[in-house]
Amino acid sequence: MIIELGHFAIILALAMSCCLAVLPTLGVYLQNPVLLRSGGSLAAGMFVFTLVSFICLTLGFVNDDFSIAYVARNSNTALPVYYKISAVWGAHEGSFLLWCLVMSSWTLAVSQFSQQLNDDMRARVLAVLGSLSIGFFLFLIFTSNPFERTLPFFPSEGADLNPLLQDFGLIVHPPLLYVGYVGLSVPFAFAIASLTSGQLDAAWARWSRPWTNVAWAFLTVGITLGSWWAYYELGWGGWWFWDAVENASFMPWLLATALVHSLAATEKRGVFRSWTVLLAISAFSFSLLGAFLVRSGVLTSVHAFAVDPERGVFILYYLVIVIGSSLLLYGLRVGKMRVTVGFGWKSRESFILANNLILTVAVVTVLLGTIYPLMYEWFMSGQKISVGPPYFNIVFVPLMLPLIALMALSSLSRWRKTASTVLLRDQPLRLLISLGMTIFCCLLASTWNLWFLFVSLLCFWLIVNLLADARYRIGRHWFAGLLKQTPSYYGMWMAHIGIALSALGIVTTLTLSEEIDVLMSPGDQQQMSGYEITFQGVTRVMGPNYSADRGAIEISRQGELVEMLYPEKRLYAPSQNVMTEADISVSLWRDVYVALGESIGNQAWSVRVHIKPLVRWIWLGGVLIALGGFTTVLDRRYRNRKVIRARQSKPDPDLHLSAG
Amino acid sequence: MMKGPGFLLPLAGFMLLVAILAVGFRLEDPHLLPSQMLDRPLPAFSLPRLSDSSKVWSEKDVYGKVRLLNVWATWCPSCVHEHPELMRISQEEDISVLGINYNDDNAKALAWLKYYGDPFDLNISDHDGQLAIDLGVYGAPETFLVDARGIIRYRHVGVLDQQVWTDVLAPIVAELNQLDREG
Amino acid sequence: MLVIRCMIIFLVMSGPACYAAIDAYAFPNGELRVRYYDLIEQLRCPQCLNTNLAGSDAMIAQDLRREVHRMILEGQTDAEILDFMHHRYGDFVLYKPRFNSSTWILWLAPAFVFVLAIGGCLIMVRRRQNTVGGSLSDLERDRLEQLLKDET
Repeated sequence: MIIELGHFAIILALAMSCCLAVLPTLGVYLQNPVLLRSGGSLAAGMFVFTLVSFICLTLGFVNDDFSIAYVARNSNTALPVYYKISAVWGAHEGSFLLWCLVMSSWTLAVSQFSQQLNDDMRARVLAVLGSLSIGFFLFLIFTSNPFERTLPFFPSEGADLNPLLQDFGLIVHPPLLYVGYVGLSVPFAFAIASLTSGQLDAAWARWSRPWTNVAWAFLTVGITLGSWWAYYELGWGGWWFWDAVENASFMPWLLATALVHSLAATEKRGVFRSWTVLLAISAFSFSLLGAFLVRSGVLTSVHAFAVDPERGVFILYYLVIVIGSSLLLYGLRVGKMRVTVGFGWKSRESFILANNLILTVAVVTVLLGTIYPLMYEWFMSGQKISVGPPYFNIVFVPLMLPLIALMALSSLSRWRKTASTVLLRDQPLRLLISLGMTIFCCLLASTWNLWFLFVSLLCFWLIVNLLADARYRIGRHWFAGLLKQTPSYYGMWMAHIGIALSALGIVTTLTLSEEIDVLMSPGDQQQMSGYEITFQGVTRVMGPNYSADRGAIEISRQGELVEMLYPEKRLYAPSQNVMTEADISVSLWRDVYVALGESIGNQAWSVRVHIKPLVRWIWLGGVLIALGGFTTVLDRRYRNRKVIRARQSKPDPDLHLSAG
Repeated sequence: MMKGPGFLLPLAGFMLLVAILAVGFRLEDPHLLPSQMLDRPLPAFSLPRLSDSSKVWSEKDVYGKVRLLNVWATWCPSCVHEHPELMRISQEEDISVLGINYNDDNAKALAWLKYYGDPFDLNISDHDGQLAIDLGVYGAPETFLVDARGIIRYRHVGVLDQQVWTDVLAPIVAELNQLDREG
Repeated sequence: MLVIRCMIIFLVMSGPACYAAIDAYAFPNGELRVRYYDLIEQLRCPQCLNTNLAGSDAMIAQDLRREVHRMILEGQTDAEILDFMHHRYGDFVLYKPRFNSSTWILWLAPAFVFVLAIGGCLIMVRRRQNTVGGSLSDLERDRLEQLLKDET
């Protein structure tokens, strides 16, 4: 009964989204104030009904209602209750319901927190979000309905959630990622609304910015978590594989990063507006493209959901309609809204332009590498090719290094133009300090790897410049100076420091990691990077829905115990899946990563040990980047909610800057 | 700088992308990996027979007849499914069926053949998968068609059922037999 | 993204599950071991959906790792080992595509796009440079200020 309620609620949510797409739009054209302001309550309705249906499905999981086909496929009575809840988004149908819930939450948020918008703009934005939702709900109901029954012959036991997903990482990673993915629909909606209304101006950029920054920050957290989860859960110590589906999340992130910067330039200086609009459209388009890649099965990926071509075709039509029409609108309208604003070579605008250039080229590169196997198979009549990590590393890394260098100088730059003296002041000294720090690190790690040397130098240079710039801005009275800085500045500063830390983590892990797979009997000891790794044997333990062989491995340094690690090899009873569960000794400076392999007999086991220096910094940096994104939103100029409806209900023709 | 129609370039790029993605639906099963061995001679090997490990077979012993080479194992569930068809082919069709017992235990394999019946004229025991790797095998079952001169002419991945035989393999076998008689 | 890393279990019904494999091969020195790990990381498991030899426990991956180990101990070079794999499994098995007539677009396009984009941006900045402080932007700042005037 509950599940029918959920099913019914999602259909009502679809109805709400249809109204949301139509009524405010009618309001705009008929200048009917009631219709114009209907968006808020419709958005609320859409959210409530989606939430109800989500709760109903969750109850189905918690109550082990195996008469629901989706529950029967992805749950089991032996599953702990928190995994029963997270299993709601453990496979295609439920995860798409979560996607819809996130979409309606963003819509609700826009309707609630955009009081400073005039009615016309707000109605347009909400109508765009409503139209997008229609497609999502239709997709959910017609191709991926999680409420389908198995009646009358329902199984008495479920097939179990994929053991890889029975983990904290799965509880938090998909929701955060979806909040980011779907959040990009808000700047998209603002862009479309501006294009249709013809008000493509600095105000548009100001309205879009906080939404973009938040969505981008969530996407950053989502990707960071995913990488961290892959690292500890998949048992081989990798944290990024350039898999098609990883790329699908990375491309919108790169574009959103570009958008965050170019929106700043558009808001502050009115430059790049046609480009910024295109970025806003593209960023969301790529997150839709990501959904297509994950759910259509067109690309081979270890991540792909179980494949059904019908779904892929549906999303492809959706892509064509949504993206095609937006780009058409863009092509037809934006040319009439061009404004040329000048700036000099050494201006912040130029730096942002360079940042956008590099990020866009990076996206094109990643996209090419991702779909090249498809094109190859098509043109080479069935022959297959793989484009993997070595390719992406070779083409992507050289793009990122100049980006770090640009970042180092950009924080010193000013709008319009910057005097060379400001940019180059103290640079020899700063470079020297960075070089000193790099050499110190090289000596510490006793390596002269050129990659390590070069990337560290760049990162230290960035950090030194950021510190120096902060010191310069804060001035003599540090407390008053700290208070004087805006959240925007703090956000930028943190995000850039985060990039430096991540890059340091990546280069150190890649160049200085040690890895060994070795056969160990109880009492055997292995020396690695100054650590003694002692295997103490394996015992058998039982979990709620699995049995496991648990190894006991002592990590010590110069005879002193550092940590005991207990990696496991689990056999999940319901699905008969074997899983390696690594154990990690975590610290800021290095991880010792241990995984248990096979029993070779006679109590000997194969054991994998990695020493990964600074690997935590990759995710630490990611978290800082995201925090930076969240911090910028605290800026006073976004917080004001005062209604200026009265003045803005009719745009003043003199101030209507759509002529180019 | 972009002029009016220039702003439609993104749309054009997007349509190109859609075309490529749409093609993705027409492509074959992503699990199928095309064989690199087509029209190449059988790789050199020297492996014992399954039934009598003192007798060693090499690629030269395969020459002289059109052969169907079936890579199978007792751990492979699909091999059981295709087994009846192999039995039928060995009895009714004009082709010699050879087995390559892949990564398997000899005793288990012999028991398996005893239980399900033995369609093979001869079985080669590829205990370490060496020959399988040289053939570009990546799973079991896989089936190769080899002509009388020892050239690999076709490779089928997965279960070999009656339909695959009639639609795909039989015409090739007929052609190869024809060539063999002429040459 | 990483959501459903091992949906593979459902997709590759017939094959064994693909999860991290650990087999303890011995090497006479660390250099060979580093080469071994490097190779099995850039070779793709022919059976799994998108995993390298290092990350797969499929039977074929085990066999191929054994082959890599054997060839390294026999003193073969990386190029020879990659050729060996390429001969049997084709371009599919190499995660780093070879540069040839069908992949030059893949390898050269990033540089080409980069140069093109730099060119475009240089032209753009050169034009913008001459109009420092465009009047329209001032007009617009007025609108923005007016729009937000009541805020403070």
